[in-house]
Amino acid sequence: MNVGKLPTIRADFRGTLGDFNLDASFEVPARGVTALFGPSGCGKSTVLRCLAGLQHLPGSFCAINGDVWQDRKIFREPYQRPIGYVFQEASLFLHLSVRRNLLYGAPRDGSGSESGSIPFDEVIDLLGLGTLLDRSSHHLSGGERQRVAIGRALLSQPKLLLMDEPLSALDRLTKDEILPFLERLHQRLSLPVIYVSHDMAEVERLADHLILMQAGSVLAAGPLGILQSDPSLPLAVGRDAAVNFDATAGSYDAAYGILTLQIDGGQLLVPAPPVAAGEGRRLRIAASDVSLAREAQQASSILNALPARIVSKTAVGPSEVLVVLALGPDGGGAKLLARLTRRSWDLLELAEGMAVIAQVKGVALAPARGQVAAVLAAPTRSG
Amino acid sequence: MGGLPADIWQPVRLTVELAAITTIILLIVGTPIAWWLARSKAWWKEAVAAVVALPLVLPPTVLGFYLLVVLGPDGPGGALAGLWGGRTLAFTFEGLVIGSVVYSMPFVVQPIRNSFAAIGDRPLEVAATLRASPRRAFWTVAIPLARPGFLAGAVLGFAHTVGEFGIVLMIGGNVPGKTKVLSVAIFDYVETSQWREANILAAGMAIFAFIVILAMTLLEKRIARISA
Repeated sequence: MNVGKLPTIRADFRGTLGDFNLDASFEVPARGVTALFGPSGCGKSTVLRCLAGLQHLPGSFCAINGDVWQDRKIFREPYQRPIGYVFQEASLFLHLSVRRNLLYGAPRDGSGSESGSIPFDEVIDLLGLGTLLDRSSHHLSGGERQRVAIGRALLSQPKLLLMDEPLSALDRLTKDEILPFLERLHQRLSLPVIYVSHDMAEVERLADHLILMQAGSVLAAGPLGILQSDPSLPLAVGRDAAVNFDATAGSYDAAYGILTLQIDGGQLLVPAPPVAAGEGRRLRIAASDVSLAREAQQASSILNALPARIVSKTAVGPSEVLVVLALGPDGGGAKLLARLTRRSWDLLELAEGMAVIAQVKGVALAPARGQVAAVLAAPTRSG
Repeated sequence: MGGLPADIWQPVRLTVELAAITTIILLIVGTPIAWWLARSKAWWKEAVAAVVALPLVLPPTVLGFYLLVVLGPDGPGGALAGLWGGRTLAFTFEGLVIGSVVYSMPFVVQPIRNSFAAIGDRPLEVAATLRASPRRAFWTVAIPLARPGFLAGAVLGFAHTVGEFGIVLMIGGNVPGKTKVLSVAIFDYVETSQWREANILAAGMAIFAFIVILAMTLLEKRIARISA
């Protein structure tokens, strides 16, 4: 690892596969969850396979924490890379029991007990595998199989976890069963994850960083909130544009059932069940749920009116505009999106750089650990 | 069994011995060939597959003739026999084993190759991402998953070796206790009008074949049920 430098994943994969041309280059921090997001067939799974060494594109480069896995001369075989890989289909070894599947990749020299490793009991607990251990791998539901596959990958003590659309082969209910496990994983283990998905709802719940891909190349890479609020990217101008925030729970008003959440540059009030102060929660504010006012409204049913500054305005279609806001009176906080009619923009005589009040009509709070669907406030989100 | 010649069981023992040794050698030699045929992307692998499959279509006499040339005093077989003071491998038990390995090869390689191919890339990729070296992945994933193919290959290889006649006659001849196997013994009894003895051996072969095929079908069903 390079001393004094944050651990990063650097990759530059280029090559032709059939008539598909891949030219994907990015650098992301080797911590938290990085989503590789893009439409089907854009090459995101290929990038993941290249990272694992399952696909060898000569002339490519990849290094994790300064440790070179591939360059002109080096090519580390998949089994020589400290990765965990979760495939779209669970791909359990059908000739082995659940327990032996889980332990297949576990270090056999006892090095699994050293510090920094992921203990067996913790994985069993985290993924709720206790009752499955002695079952044959044939008689598991789709969700159970995928949980075992995730556990198996974790127990190989990887330094990087690669997940290739681990939920896409599952039905909606099973997805909702597994997502909380992935969120717990994220909270409890300090293991960098690259997560391939074409489902923005999954990305919004899990990702800290985002690599946006399109037709074999990388459009942008960076923190989730930054990319979500970049009007030059397709995410922000899309119909369901939204920004996610990692909020910290503050005081709780039990009389009204209202939770105060602290985000970068403001404070939000959200109807919610009690949450311990200091607990982290992810929330989502859709661009269509934010309206703007020139000054604070004295009489309004809107719970959340946050001072903000207008950063930019982008026309979306003939009659709407997308406004990027920076929270806080001085605009020093996180970015927020608002989608307005062009008429309102003109009538209020809004302009870039102006101080405004962002009225937030709905805040969606990600469910707590293990809780399946406690989606609050007006907008319902697709899981 | 009064009145049976004492040596009627000798060919039976010899046949089982030959078939068992041949099957074991074929599993050892055939597995890497089957693996390579299932996994390789070489353009010429189908040519190799065709060579392996040749005994399926060649008349036994053709195969037998060439084996005779190879095993005979002037061929590599003769040179090999020279190592222990022999002159030729033709008309010996060792020669019969070599011949059996060649002509039963496709019956063992084909089912194992199909089983390896049926596993697909995925389980091996999974094993690789779990730090299993190619060698470990082969032994702990590919071999166990290809079990039905090994079973079918072993049974077919054994049964086919038991049943071969033409090649045995060409390269083995009819040396009692050395190369006189069941099929040759039956032919012998018929030639000398010992119909009762011929009938006992022939009926035994028929029952054996029936049991083999039935057992294999039942086992295949069981395996299919387990892995369903």
